[in-house]
Amino acid sequence: MDFRSAEEHLLLQQSLRDFLAGEFPPAKLRALWAGEAQRGGALWAALAELGVCGMLIAEEHGGLGLDLVAAANMLEEAGRAALAEPLASAIVAAPLLAELGGALAEEWLPQIAAGRAVVAVGHPLFAAVEDADCAQLLLLPGAQFALHAVPRAAAQCESLPSSDPSRFLAKVSFDSDAHPPLAEGARARALWDAVLLRGALTCAAQAIGVCEQLLQMSVAYTSERRQFGKPVGSFQALKHKLADVKLKLEYARPLVQRAAHSLAQQAEHPQCGVHISMAKLLACEAAEFAARQALQCHGAIGYTWEQDLHIWMRRAWSLAQSWGSARFHLSRVREPLLGGAFPIGPATTFATGETT
Amino acid sequence: MELRYTDEQRAFRREAREWLEANVPSGPLPSFDTAEGARLHREWEAKLNAGGWAMVPWPVEFGGRGADLFEWLIFEEEYYRAGAPKRINQNGIFLLGPTIMEFGTKQQKARFLPKMASSEEVWAQGWSEPNAGSDMANIQATALRDGGHYIVNGQKTWASRGAFADWLFGMFRSDPDSERHRGLSFILVPLNLPGITVRPIPQLDGLPGFAEVFFDDVRVPAENRLGEEGAGWRVAMATAGFERGLMLRSPARFQHTAQRLVSLCRAHRELVGEALQDEVARCWIGAEAYALETYRTVSKLLAGGKIGSESSLNKVFWSELDLRMHELALQILGECGPASENAAAAEWLDGYLFALSGPIYAGTNEIQRNIIAERILGMPR
Repeated sequence: MDFRSAEEHLLLQQSLRDFLAGEFPPAKLRALWAGEAQRGGALWAALAELGVCGMLIAEEHGGLGLDLVAAANMLEEAGRAALAEPLASAIVAAPLLAELGGALAEEWLPQIAAGRAVVAVGHPLFAAVEDADCAQLLLLPGAQFALHAVPRAAAQCESLPSSDPSRFLAKVSFDSDAHPPLAEGARARALWDAVLLRGALTCAAQAIGVCEQLLQMSVAYTSERRQFGKPVGSFQALKHKLADVKLKLEYARPLVQRAAHSLAQQAEHPQCGVHISMAKLLACEAAEFAARQALQCHGAIGYTWEQDLHIWMRRAWSLAQSWGSARFHLSRVREPLLGGAFPIGPATTFATGETT
Repeated sequence: MELRYTDEQRAFRREAREWLEANVPSGPLPSFDTAEGARLHREWEAKLNAGGWAMVPWPVEFGGRGADLFEWLIFEEEYYRAGAPKRINQNGIFLLGPTIMEFGTKQQKARFLPKMASSEEVWAQGWSEPNAGSDMANIQATALRDGGHYIVNGQKTWASRGAFADWLFGMFRSDPDSERHRGLSFILVPLNLPGITVRPIPQLDGLPGFAEVFFDDVRVPAENRLGEEGAGWRVAMATAGFERGLMLRSPARFQHTAQRLVSLCRAHRELVGEALQDEVARCWIGAEAYALETYRTVSKLLAGGKIGSESSLNKVFWSELDLRMHELALQILGECGPASENAAAAEWLDGYLFALSGPIYAGTNEIQRNIIAERILGMPR
């Protein structure tokens, strides 16, 4: 039993953090928002150079061969930097391609790892596809949960509005006769289930980084801003708001780490889906709560377009809506919990049939 | 990251489970805040101690098993799983014990720890005074040196377990010219000394869970001081850390309550609306989050890390979770009709009354939030 991140994962996380702090200041994100820059460009290539795009891809395909526990650490940094590159899509797509195998995997996995291609993944439960705008290949649901691989050029994408300009959503349609399914029936359903869990995990891990960033910005601002002759952060009304953010953050974090661990070793964790849903729920709620408190702590300056705070507020909102809402994930905990689907109580937290 | 127990940890769990299943009293004991309940809880503690289970993380020479903190968590899980009695000597074993382990002399450890483990000596807390509650540095009770003794005068209040305890620990002002947190000493006082008056105070449930304690020229041997003279604040902060953190409130307690709440909700599911069911699920998630965070903390501690102000996060989290769980249980019972009609309802109501004290004792949650903001987040004072 050792519930700590591996030393080498923390080093990778730190190097990504340092890289993004240097290479991806808010000004670059604003340029992207203004249409003056594109995603999947030089920054994406530099991330590929660091191994980030192919972290889950096997070394034989040019990746780092890491697992989801490491990926969760890296995604925290994507959240902290409000990275707008299609990193989450790479995390969702790579294991799906590997599972599908064959020529498709041989062709696309090395390209994802090298930062030369983006593969976007839809889901039968959700109408919108993220990152279809900059993808070269789309993995999409068809009739009866069938799974289709469709080149971006062969699909019709209609952009959808988003509260977060960093989040690119599209409604995608394609000709299923021209692109016959790669998987159908029970196999396809199992693949979509795994996609959903990975997608939710990417949101949860990023939300932790977003929450930390919002908290850090709020502490810094309230320590500096003076009213009544002292820093506003010396007033208990604001201290208690930010203490509450810290509380939500600290108790969401281990849920996310455990969920990543369970998903990485799915075969041993029959409650993996519950672990993912509770992590997604609490991490995204922590980030949304942080966004609300951060805005209040900043006052009017935080309510301006010019102040960078809303970059992370919007991330918090969009992550909460991606890969299943709070209500969706809460129901995925509530139903098996109240239905008695798994043992609960003391001595069951890490139980995989070993304690009884 | 390794989230499986070792073979040794599993064997330890089996051993604890077997002993508890064979020895835990079948029905609940009367409250330890009654004379009869206190006697029965002391009997249970003696049995626990005879089995070697009274305080598993302590060294064997002091009545423990030399277990590590993971084994401590495992033991606690088994203890709550078995429905074993509450710990009458929690002020001793969970708060003062670890403090003596850290600050006590060799003689003090040998003198106090074994009798604490066996609950032959039950301890009361003596922190608060009428004018030193949240503002603990405003302590006025004095302990002035007179040769080999301290002469103690003043008043302590809200002394938990004071009514039936044998000893009291607390902070007293040993330097009469000192102010605030300087000049305080941490002193261990037998409650049977001449000049001590204990006046039990009934709590919300009507039972004397705490007491006022008056000191009138009480002569306490100087060897009963824990830590250096005048360094009482530092010693007390360590005790408070144990109180807020994983010693006093290990996660099994709340997982046990969450399990009862889920069972209650399941049993009345057709009467309980989805909104309430969602809240129950959230409580269960909260209890799991607390358990996971505790395992993470213990992993850090065993790797040589330290726990400091983080214990304030624990205290706010578990106390508010506990209260929420009891509120929900009463709401569910309310959906089912008059709540006073059955034993389960009475147990939840008792639990609710106790849970209401959680955000107050061990430093109010407002004080904890100040600590979180100032010492963890670094916000200005």
